[in-house]
Amino acid sequence: MTDPLVRVRGLSKWYPLPRRGLFRPREQLRALDGVSFDIRRGEVLGLVGESGSGKTTVGRTLMRLTEPTRGTIQFRGQDITHLPRRELRPVRRHMQLVFQDPYGSLNPRMSVERILSTPLLVHEPALSPRQRRRRVEEALDLVGLFPGAADRYPHEFSGGQRQRIGIARALIAGPELLVADEPVSALDVSVQAQVVNLLLDLRARLGLTVLFVAHDLAVVGTISDRVAVMYLGRIVELADTAALFTGPRHPYTEALFSAVPTIDPAARRRRILLQGDVPSPVSPPSGCTFRTRCPYAQSRCADEPPDLREVSPGHWKACVRDDLALAAPISAPILQPTQAD
Amino acid sequence: MSGTVADIPAASFPPARSTRAATRFLRHRLAVAGVVVVVLLIAACAIGPMLSPYGPLTIDLRRRFQAPLAGPHWLGSDQLGRDLLVRLLMAGRISLTVGFVAMGISTAVGVLVGLLAGFYRGWIGTALMRLVDAVLCFPSIFLLLTLAALVSPSLATITLIIALTAWMEVARVVQGQVIALRERDFAVAAEAIGASDGYIMLRELLPNIMAPIIVAATLNVARAILAESYISYLGYGIQPPTASWGNMLNNAQEYLESAPWLALLPGAVITLAVTSFNFIGDGLRDALDPRGDRSA
Repeated sequence: MTDPLVRVRGLSKWYPLPRRGLFRPREQLRALDGVSFDIRRGEVLGLVGESGSGKTTVGRTLMRLTEPTRGTIQFRGQDITHLPRRELRPVRRHMQLVFQDPYGSLNPRMSVERILSTPLLVHEPALSPRQRRRRVEEALDLVGLFPGAADRYPHEFSGGQRQRIGIARALIAGPELLVADEPVSALDVSVQAQVVNLLLDLRARLGLTVLFVAHDLAVVGTISDRVAVMYLGRIVELADTAALFTGPRHPYTEALFSAVPTIDPAARRRRILLQGDVPSPVSPPSGCTFRTRCPYAQSRCADEPPDLREVSPGHWKACVRDDLALAAPISAPILQPTQAD
Repeated sequence: MSGTVADIPAASFPPARSTRAATRFLRHRLAVAGVVVVVLLIAACAIGPMLSPYGPLTIDLRRRFQAPLAGPHWLGSDQLGRDLLVRLLMAGRISLTVGFVAMGISTAVGVLVGLLAGFYRGWIGTALMRLVDAVLCFPSIFLLLTLAALVSPSLATITLIIALTAWMEVARVVQGQVIALRERDFAVAAEAIGASDGYIMLRELLPNIMAPIIVAATLNVARAILAESYISYLGYGIQPPTASWGNMLNNAQEYLESAPWLALLPGAVITLAVTSFNFIGDGLRDALDPRGDRSA
C-alpha cells in the first residue's frame, strides 16, 4: 500500500468566543476536536454528519482556508500545517474545492471565461490568452457544458449548470485532491444524480482523490469507497462503505441509518429516535460526547473520551462498547464482499 | 454568509443588467433633471466665457453695480464693473474642478483604505478604521478651516484639503461591503486557488461594490463644492481676483442691501449645483440598489 495522499492527525479547530465577563475564562467553541484520518490515493472518502458536526470545517481546514488550532496535515507527503502562504500557493494547485451553494460560489461580475481563467492565471501564468481560452473550453467540455458558455455570466445558468462551472474551475489546473463540500445538497434531486454521476465519471477519468462531504447518506453511499461519520467535531466511525452500511459498529451511525427512509414496507426497521439536542460544542459532555443521547450509554462512558480504534481490519470506531449488535440498513448478503485494500 | 435571501432569485434575471439600472435611473425625474442641469452647467462654464465680450477681470468703472437685465451685462456687474455672468462661469470652472478632483482623490483614498481595512481585519483593519473614526470626530468645517489657515491657499491645496476631509465615508462603505463579500464562496474559491490578496481585492471584490462607491462619489462632489464655497467665503480658499462661487459670496456681503444680486446669483448657482449632484446620487442609489439586482 502506498502512502496516503492526505494524512490528518489530531486536527482541532477551536474558535474563541467573546468573553462574557471580565473575570470569566474565555470559552472555546470546539468545531473540530482531534480528528485523524487518511485519504488514500484515488479513493472517495465520504464524510457524513449532521449540521454543526464539523464536516465542512474538516474540508476548509484541510485546505488551509482556516487555520487549525492543533494537529497536523500532510498532503502528498509534505507537512502543510504551518506552510506560509507563499509556499502554499504551489500546493493549492493540487487541492481544489467545490462548494455547496452554486449561487454564491461564482463571482456574479465575472464571465465564465474569467472565472475559469483565474486558476490558470495563478498557476500557469505563461499561457497565452488563446491557450487559456482553449483550456477553458476543454474544461467546459469536460463537465458537459458547451464552449460558448465561456462568454456568459453566472446568472444565465441554472443551479446544476453553475455547479458544473464550479467543478470545471476546481479541475482546470489539474488537482489531485478534490474537496467536495456538499456539492449536491443545494440541487434538485434529478440534478443531484447528474452531478454525482459527473463526479464519479471525472474521478474515473482523471484519477481524482475526493473528500466528499455530505449529510445525505444515500448520496454518500453511492459515491464513496470509505465513509467517516462525524459527531460534534469528532470522527465516531470510519469504515469501507459496504462494511459500514451492512454492519455499523457505533450507536450514532446506527441512529443515523435508521433515519433514512426505506421504500420496502416489508423491511420496516426499528426507528431509533435520539433524545434531546446535540450538546453545545462550547461545553461538550465529558467522556464520549454522544453519551447524552446514546441509548446504550453506560456510566463508564462519562470517564474518558473513547479513542478511535480499529475493531476489525479497516473498520474504526470510537465507542467503548463492543458487545452491541446494531441494526444495519442493508443486510449483509445483498452486497458482495468488498476486498480490502 | 452565502445563500442569503437576496441571492436566490438571481437565476431569473434577464441578462441586460445595465439597461435595467438605466431604466430605473431614467424613471427618477429629479435625478434626470440633475444630470441635465450638471451637463448644462459644465458646458456653460467650459464654453460660455469664450463667447462673452467681457473678460472676468475686465474692469469698467462706468458701469458699476449694473442690475441684472438693466444694461449690457445680462446678469449685472459688481463694484468694479466686472461682468457677473462671466465671473460666475469662470468661478464655476474653479468650483466644479475642485468638486470633481476632490471627489476623485477622496474616493480613491476611501476605496483603498476601505479595501485594506475590510480585507485585513486584525490590527491593520482596526488601526485603519480607528483612524477613520478619529478623522470623523473633528467637525469637518473646522478641520477644513484649520488646515486652510496653515497652508497657503491655492487651487491644488484647497482641493487636497477638501479631499482629506471627505474620504472617510467611502472607506466605511467599502470596508463594510468587503467584510461581507470576502466570506462569500467566490472569494473563498479565489483564496483556495491561491490568488494574491491584490487580485482578490481588485478583481473579485471591487467590481461587486462599484454601485455604493459610485453613489458615495456623486454625493461627494456635492459636498466638495459646498466645502469649497465655505472656505472661500470665509476667505481661506481661492483668493481674489480669481473667482470661485464661494469668494464671490464673500465679496458680495458688503453690498447685500445695495446690490443683492451679487450674493443671490452665486448662491443660487451653488444651490443648483449641489442639489443637482445630490439628486443624481439619490437616483443612482435607487437605480443601483443591490436589492434590485444583487447577483446579476
